[in-house]
Amino acid sequence: MYLLNRQQRHVVNSSWMLFSLLIIGFLPFILFGGLYFKSFLLLKTHTLKDLIFLHSWHPSRGEFGFYPFILGSVWVTLLAILISTPICLLTAINVTQYAKKRFLRVMHPVIDILAGIPSVVYGVWGILVIVPFISRYLGPWFGVQTMGYSILAAALVLSVMIIPFILNIMIEIFRTIPTELKEATLSLGATKWQMVKHVLLRKALPGIIASVGFGLARAFGETMAVLMVVGNVIKVPHSVFDPGYTLPALIANNYGEVLSIPQYDSALMFAALLLLAVSLFFNLLMHFFIARYNKY
Amino acid sequence: MKRTLKAEETFFRILMNITTGIILIILGIIIYSVFEKGMKAMSWEMLTSVPSGGYYYGKGGGILNAIVGSLVLAFGATILAFLIGLPVALYMNVFLVRRKKLVNLIRFILDLVWGVPSIVYGAFGFTLMVFIGLQTSLLAGIITVTLFILPIMIRSMDEILRTVPIGLSEATYSLGSNKSELAFKIFTRQSFSGIITAVLLSFGRAIGDAASVLFTAGYTDNLPNSLMEPVATLPLSIFFQLASPVPEVQARAYASALVLTVIILIVSLFSRGLGKRYHKTKINF
Repeated sequence: MYLLNRQQRHVVNSSWMLFSLLIIGFLPFILFGGLYFKSFLLLKTHTLKDLIFLHSWHPSRGEFGFYPFILGSVWVTLLAILISTPICLLTAINVTQYAKKRFLRVMHPVIDILAGIPSVVYGVWGILVIVPFISRYLGPWFGVQTMGYSILAAALVLSVMIIPFILNIMIEIFRTIPTELKEATLSLGATKWQMVKHVLLRKALPGIIASVGFGLARAFGETMAVLMVVGNVIKVPHSVFDPGYTLPALIANNYGEVLSIPQYDSALMFAALLLLAVSLFFNLLMHFFIARYNKY
Repeated sequence: MKRTLKAEETFFRILMNITTGIILIILGIIIYSVFEKGMKAMSWEMLTSVPSGGYYYGKGGGILNAIVGSLVLAFGATILAFLIGLPVALYMNVFLVRRKKLVNLIRFILDLVWGVPSIVYGAFGFTLMVFIGLQTSLLAGIITVTLFILPIMIRSMDEILRTVPIGLSEATYSLGSNKSELAFKIFTRQSFSGIITAVLLSFGRAIGDAASVLFTAGYTDNLPNSLMEPVATLPLSIFFQLASPVPEVQARAYASALVLTVIILIVSLFSRGLGKRYHKTKINF
């Protein structure tokens, strides 16, 4: 029935498993190494400080200042986090502490579907709903003339995209808080809201911060949806209604034309390297943060 | 004092209900706007034909190339990721079950890699492609997407395999089986529903992601017929059609977005249904 006997199959299977494991274990290093190797051409002629803080972006003249892109990314990400954190926090408290059990069962598919919708579809939704909303209502209301394609539009779309991600982690965190702790607080005569405010939130604070950190890392690298609504204008944004440009959008938009200038290709790889570094840094930071707090 | 407390609680409870409502409403708006706009341009021709000449100026044709291309690409990547991912997840939970520190380190690395944005995989995939001398092709797309979904698949399988009780392993060992038999014959069966869910989750990710295939899979108006040729994908087809100034083409982008959303919804429904169905094969302790 089988080609090999049991012992031989065991050897084949285990070495196959070990081989796959090694691939995975080295993946982050290979990613980092590959991108670093490609961006080396740019790093040879430009210092890291120049690349990050200079404003001028003229690839044909050999000027690569990533400042507008970095700032655009930071604006969009921070704004998105500011919008979605309170929404997620309040909803997570509502779902885990106040609402009926049944409601959590409704909420789970909702989170799953929101998390599953592809970023391009979010982008389409942004163009259909958010962009006209900003150009017709929100802009005029603040007395600003805008096309709608702006930092704010990108941040709004992005905030919706990271809601399922952050909300999921927060719900898990609130569920792991021991019931005894809550019951002890309530038995001392505290109201439910006092319990939530003084015990639950305090106990969950490291987890909440970590979930926001993970959301931040995720939002920073989001490409397609942001690319479709942010406006793609290379300049340092001065208000949320200004169009901007983000690092991932820079990579995605320019890949067709890079081959004529070798340093340009290298510059885009440097952008990818920056994204990778930011993502790894935030994830590492948050993991250590959690590990540290779990000791107490 | 008491009254302000009560007022504060009422205020925050109202706020909580509002935010919960906002999330539900947003999902409703997304689904509604995609369906409403998409249905207008939807036609049988859209789904069953490839773009004809002048398609991007509003002439006839459809997006069959992108639908088939996306499915083929996602299937290929999911199968490849499964072939690498399942052994890793099993190895972590069968062979390394006593080495907690090492397993936790692997989990940690996987979580890190999971957080890497897909555009970075796209850029890396492109570098790799140039390095080994590949053109933009289905194969390059599959490799890139595989790297992108691997951590997702392994971590979701791992979460399920972790819950297999130690008693089951001990019973299997006592009957004289070795580790790989325990892994492939017992663990896979016990966690079958979870493994299916993990595979479908990765499939959904693979089909919806655009940034990783942007430079690696290329784009074409033909149906995919070889691993070495470029392949069209749905997210990119949506993206390119939206960039067109012609209103008819833009309307088709909305229809394509509808197709993609429906595929994702079907996959997510399937994973729920199948997960429940195969729950029966599990031994309960």
